[in-house]
Amino acid sequence: MKKGVMRPGHVQIRVLDMDEAVKHYTDLLGMIETDRDDQGRVYLKAWTEVDKFSLVLREADEPGCDFMAFKVVNEEALSQLERDLVEYGVEVEQVPAEELKDCGRRVRFSVPSGHAFELFADKKYTGKWGLSSVNPEAWPRGLQGMKAVRFDHCLFYGPELAAVYDIFVNVLGFHLAEQVLDPEGTRIAQFLTVSMKEHDIAFIHHEEKGKFHHASFFLETWEDVLRAADLISMTDTSIDIGPTRHGLTHGKTIYFFDPSGNRNEVFCGGDYFYPDHKPVTWQAEQLGKAIFYHDRVLNERFLTVLT
Amino acid sequence: MAGFQVLNRTTGDRFTCQDGQSVLKAMEQLGLKCVPVGCRGGGCGYCKIRVLEGEFECGKMSKVHVPPEAVEKGEVLACRIYPLTDLTIECVPLPEAALAKQTTTKSLR
Ligand code: FES
Ligand SMILES: [Fe+2]
Repeated sequence: MKKGVMRPGHVQIRVLDMDEAVKHYTDLLGMIETDRDDQGRVYLKAWTEVDKFSLVLREADEPGCDFMAFKVVNEEALSQLERDLVEYGVEVEQVPAEELKDCGRRVRFSVPSGHAFELFADKKYTGKWGLSSVNPEAWPRGLQGMKAVRFDHCLFYGPELAAVYDIFVNVLGFHLAEQVLDPEGTRIAQFLTVSMKEHDIAFIHHEEKGKFHHASFFLETWEDVLRAADLISMTDTSIDIGPTRHGLTHGKTIYFFDPSGNRNEVFCGGDYFYPDHKPVTWQAEQLGKAIFYHDRVLNERFLTVLT
Repeated sequence: MAGFQVLNRTTGDRFTCQDGQSVLKAMEQLGLKCVPVGCRGGGCGYCKIRVLEGEFECGKMSKVHVPPEAVEKGEVLACRIYPLTDLTIECVPLPEAALAKQTTTKSLR
């Protein structure tokens, strides 16, 4: 059901060393630095994104994810969603406009898996980077590295997936696109969407709360994913796995790590979703194939290495 | 001979680590598996070891995995230490949280 949540808006990631991190996300991923604030945070965007930033880096002594935010259609929807969250029993926190530069007020809340999320309606519209909005060329020149197209989704690890599902589906209007069920029928992974994408956010069951698995960035083609793999080697960047294909979502993907150990993904393709689609189910016994469709075996590192 | 010798006392593996190379990277390049490899960025805590003998420099490491008290006991992340002398290291038993994680993983198979 449409509740006015539109799409992923931004993610704030903690890094151990800001200079190394900025170099990674700009030179290698091809994101564009758009601002910095007096807390030392750095703001970046991918070239097709119309708002001023989608990635915020914060230097800290422990890597991981501070929060992920979703943009909602307008202020009325934001106020309504805020009331709905409170009514549902979720504690919300007000983050004033301009706490992040050029971003309107944000409504922050935590879910039982131990992760923090935000909703916001306004952010400075800067348009696609390097292109006019009138008679635009196909792409801008001067992009670096992997030329990431957009920040796409995050995967989080934590407990209490059922309670998280209730908040995202019943309160925020997300749909369950894909799931992994164990033999008892308990959902151990959930891929949720508010769009035509196969997922805008995903959760995998894990005992420890609040863990960050990866932030993912979209590329257009399989050739781009291969080129990303080449760049990972050329820059001696820490690789996790790939290029390969997921069973879940069927995306074509490669995983690697930023210099602080946060996992990144770049991917292309994958299935699409309409609200009349029933959830796709993978059985836990097939989890190896569900995650890595070619290897068909579980990779210990993919399941346990988190920030 | 160039580089420093690293001995993993737990597994008996020995390998050479070049000047400026992390212990984990040196191990990986030789195809050894005596320390678990995670993010290679000091963030995930997967490659934790204890240094029993020798001097080294440290890069930035996540404080959750390596609080200051741990560094004093030589408990550090192999991906973030650079030997200054030959080193003797040992594997650190995984903390309970990590063991719980492994059990979860098994039950998924
Ligand atoms: S491999 Fe992640 S901290 Fe060393
Ligand atoms: Fe992903």
